[in-house]
Amino acid sequence: MKLKRIALLTAAISTLSFLTACGGDDDDDTQPTPEPTMEPTAEPMRSFTIELKNTTNAQPLAPAGILVHEAGSSAWSIGSAASAGLEVLAESGSPADFVAEQSALAAVSGTEVLVPGQSVSFDVDVAESSSMSLTLASMLVNTNDAFTGVSDWDIADLAMGESKQVSAHIYDAGTEANSETAATIPGPAAGGEGFNAARDDVDFVAMHPGVVTQDDGLSSSALTEAHRFNNGAVLIRVTRTH
Amino acid sequence: MKIKHILITSLLGLCASGAAAETISVKITNLTQGLYFTPLLVAAHSESAHLFEVGSEASEQLQAMAEGGDISGLATLASSVGAVSSENPAGGLLTPGASTMVMDWDTGSNDRLSIVAMLLPTNDGFVGLDSWTIPSEAGTYTIMLNGYDAGTEANNELVVEGSGAPGMLGIPANPGGNSGSDGTGVTTEEGNSTVHIHRGTLGDAMESGGTSDLNSSIHRWLNPVAKVVITVQ
Repeated sequence: MKLKRIALLTAAISTLSFLTACGGDDDDDTQPTPEPTMEPTAEPMRSFTIELKNTTNAQPLAPAGILVHEAGSSAWSIGSAASAGLEVLAESGSPADFVAEQSALAAVSGTEVLVPGQSVSFDVDVAESSSMSLTLASMLVNTNDAFTGVSDWDIADLAMGESKQVSAHIYDAGTEANSETAATIPGPAAGGEGFNAARDDVDFVAMHPGVVTQDDGLSSSALTEAHRFNNGAVLIRVTRTH
Repeated sequence: MKIKHILITSLLGLCASGAAAETISVKITNLTQGLYFTPLLVAAHSESAHLFEVGSEASEQLQAMAEGGDISGLATLASSVGAVSSENPAGGLLTPGASTMVMDWDTGSNDRLSIVAMLLPTNDGFVGLDSWTIPSEAGTYTIMLNGYDAGTEANNELVVEGSGAPGMLGIPANPGGNSGSDGTGVTTEEGNSTVHIHRGTLGDAMESGGTSDLNSSIHRWLNPVAKVVITVQ
């Protein structure tokens, strides 16, 4: 590892010297080239490919909010109230507020809905850090406030080319009652309202109890048996590529 | 830490047949949004002991725990086979989303961990861990627990005061207070009389009447129902 870092650093410094030399040739000689006051430093980087596969039957996943950050901070925890950004993500599918409220080494927001059976991948470059965790969240759009993902998942121990994967649990943001009515579910099964600032549920995050659906006796539900789910909504695979 | 390892190694050298004593901490989190855990029994025991086993009929003591939340029988049983137990670490119900800790717990020579507590509101559902091997290596270990059905009572889903007594049909209490009443009963049968993974609650959407007194939008769950973090010191 150390040898490699030194090699990379040397390569980077060589490149910089080369660029400086080129720049010097273009100067009109009346202005002396300023001496650099500091040694140029190359920031060591790590790169990861994060692949997501939707493993549900009929729950499209909203664009994911993806953060690589220093270990030890959780974007949600069981029994605690959801942050404002997580509430928006879990009720409307939009990851922007969720990503913006976290401090991270690198952050990415997806742009496309991931339909069942499909995969998507993201490449993330991260400046070297003593610890590195992945946090990822995505709404199950045919629900009131269900989301899936991982929080503070350690990826620092991945060696080059190594992968790790997890089949993610499904959480309930606890910010909107699971009425399952057409007016309250934004996904294609209903086309109803997304985010609503009112918190009319238990107001803490926990594991999702599942959807009941109209086929199982909840006549006011916009959902059918096809929208039911069990834990394992998304398969997350992280590979260190650099 | 290193000194401790060396000490343990020396002890093992002196007494090769004895298992090393361990001090552990156990954190238990109720992962559900609508279920309560009755007083927990956390027991460290030998390889040959079990509080429950999937596919085996529940003991009388397990039945008392699963139907009424009474852990005293299981605790006595555990102690009679040399187990050390922490009874009721949460000091009552472990509410939805809440956690409890058993701190700096000397498990002696017992290297297996078991945990049980009744799930409310259910007829005879319980959260369980059956004889998990406590690692000898220091570190933090996370495990997820499922909801089990003791197989001792039909899941009629009717809240009936006093039905916590073994053999008396009904759910003894719903601490959340968000259940209905006057249901007709979901079923009168329990096809599998051995301990098995709980199929979950049905519930219905009716405050009064219907088949179940439980609410299908609140009282269902998907496994896992609990997270356990064990720290071996």
